[in-house]
Amino acid sequence: MKLLIKGGRVVDPASGRDAVGDVFISEGKISAKTGTVDRTIDAKGLVVAPGLIDLSARLREPGHEYKATLESEMDAAVAGGVTSLACPPDTDPPLDEPGLVDMLRRRAKALARARVYPVGALTVKLAGARLTEMTELAEAGCVAFSQANAPLADTQVLWRAMQYAATFGFPVWLRAEDVWLAKGGVAHDGEIATRLGLAGIPAFAETVALATILQLARATGTRVHLCRVSTALGVEMLRAAKQEGLPVTCDVGIHHVHLSEMDLGYYDSHCRLEPPLRSQRDREALAAGLADGTIDCAVSDHTPVDEDQKQLPFAEAEPGATGLELLLPLALKWGAERKLPLAATLARVTSEPARVLGAPSGRIEPGAPADLIVFDPQAPFRVMPETLKSQGKNSPFLGYELAGRVRATLVAGNVVFES
Amino acid sequence: MPANPQLNANGELQHLLSIEGLPREILLQILDTAESFAGVTEREVKKVPLLRGKSVFNLFFEASTRTRTTFEIAAKRLSADVINLNIAVSSQSKGESLLDTVANLSAMQADLFVVRHASSGAPYLIARHVKPHEHVINAGDGRHAHPTQGLLDLYTIRHYKKDFNRLTVAIVGDVLHSRVARSLIHGLTTLGVPEVRVIGPQTLLPVGVESLGVRVFHDMRAGLKDCDVVVMLRLQSERMDGALLPSAKEFFKNYGLTADKLALARPEAIVMHPGPMNRGVEIDSSVADGPHSVILPQVTFGIAVRMAVMSIVAGN
Repeated sequence: MKLLIKGGRVVDPASGRDAVGDVFISEGKISAKTGTVDRTIDAKGLVVAPGLIDLSARLREPGHEYKATLESEMDAAVAGGVTSLACPPDTDPPLDEPGLVDMLRRRAKALARARVYPVGALTVKLAGARLTEMTELAEAGCVAFSQANAPLADTQVLWRAMQYAATFGFPVWLRAEDVWLAKGGVAHDGEIATRLGLAGIPAFAETVALATILQLARATGTRVHLCRVSTALGVEMLRAAKQEGLPVTCDVGIHHVHLSEMDLGYYDSHCRLEPPLRSQRDREALAAGLADGTIDCAVSDHTPVDEDQKQLPFAEAEPGATGLELLLPLALKWGAERKLPLAATLARVTSEPARVLGAPSGRIEPGAPADLIVFDPQAPFRVMPETLKSQGKNSPFLGYELAGRVRATLVAGNVVFES
Repeated sequence: MPANPQLNANGELQHLLSIEGLPREILLQILDTAESFAGVTEREVKKVPLLRGKSVFNLFFEASTRTRTTFEIAAKRLSADVINLNIAVSSQSKGESLLDTVANLSAMQADLFVVRHASSGAPYLIARHVKPHEHVINAGDGRHAHPTQGLLDLYTIRHYKKDFNRLTVAIVGDVLHSRVARSLIHGLTTLGVPEVRVIGPQTLLPVGVESLGVRVFHDMRAGLKDCDVVVMLRLQSERMDGALLPSAKEFFKNYGLTADKLALARPEAIVMHPGPMNRGVEIDSSVADGPHSVILPQVTFGIAVRMAVMSIVAGN
């Protein structure tokens, strides 16, 4: 199968290229040679870019099929222009055995939509006590090891887990949150939580844990990826760690770049997220840190939650927001607000997460996988439950008008979505 | 921020969920209406027909005797039919969701829901889902709000002090977990009380409490100086010894109201408490039963205030 994407504005964040041109695809890869093609996609007036790479998307299989299925969420992924995604291990049972990982990869592969990169559990059952068989899990396809949102209170286990992972060169992905300081909290510990009478999670629940993780990274030499940084001081600490030369990368949830505690309004449970939405000052620091590269990438942290688990008092509602289909428009909105070139904006959701993953995609150059999207950056749409393909309709942006619609998504040269 | 969910399109009270965000005029309307009902409670026939034919459902997802009883008395004095549901021990334990419970009761032709729930914001969720002719009154949600308690506190203060504009009010104790404190603070600042103080150890004061418009004191003696009104908060027994406080004894030593500390307030100061009291923990018996105490009148006023709120929200 040979394809030609013709006359689009080709934006390659990895090289910074941004010019009108054609992209040839042959044998599932981007090709320098031209020739007769089986199909031509007219991209006139549209942007051609690498497909999005989302470092955190929950597909809810196995175990939470009533919230979402692999089919529904893979449809959502390609509709949102996401061609690769890393799924955290907090399934039921967690991804702590090679058999589970293998099954997930087979199921995903059979669906032939986005590429799935499983992140293995760092500890058995994510219970924070016993290490998983990391080399076995890596052979089954795990690209990193993580506790997802499960606590790891015992810092000695954390230290050992990082040492063990470092032995084999496996990256460890961690969300920095001190389990004791965050205990019982559901919202940022600030004026809004005080007014609403919600139990708080202080900003230092993140920075205390981050200090521990950075010290252990320094001691063990582990490649650490920090997930969902949420505070201004956290960004500052990561900036210093990078300047020092520690092998750390980090991401931010795209919702946290746009929303703050103010958006809780009158207990909007769609704004119940982990980590919590923090102050406007924190939000501003996250948006700025993502622009200056302190924060390497933005993720959807896609978490489909069924209506019943959201139609509850704020503290009882299940945390998380759907996001696969909003990552592109919300990244574009952030880039526009910061007046960034389109290539710089897209880098945060394509080439940069590819670098963290060590994936060959996320770029438009001969030989790279033909994981591409064609999108209209200006096309407006209203976020409505019925327009979302994800089974999770839980979004703080329901009813909002956003810009940026995907017209075509290609994975390995196959058109997997068109609108 | 969405529109104020308590008010209808004409700016009238549709639900009472929190004192925060209510205009001064509505607070005064409630207090004035309550004053007109105060006479009713002293008559031989203690009934007015304002809610005749209406059904009031007391939905208590959290145990309460006093608040539920005063709501029940208030509704009966307005000639409403009252149904008490102690949901803490019924459908919730069978796994029925909050909104399903409300939908079922709504199908039984409810007009007014009086809701107490352990989770902050639960009455907002219910108010968003009831039919347009149904009303919700918050009878205490988590640590967020207890607006009828706040209003009866305001009523009591106005009854004894007449004018809000010259007062110094101190609220003492566990402000962190107190819905009573939050509601009263909003009411006092809305009605123009120039100085509202909160007094307690750092462990019992919420972060950024100053943003509610209060002055913070950790030293009770300094905080009580020249106060016109002292409001003592209840300290829940599970918070008396642990990481928040070492012991009830030490709490009483630092933050318990004794005659000796009360002497620092103005000579004509009044002492309030939302009940139930822990004698010897937050308040000494000699003060609770002493000449400055208006704790029992608070309870009486509570009935008139709840009648006022119910008649304004659900009356024809």
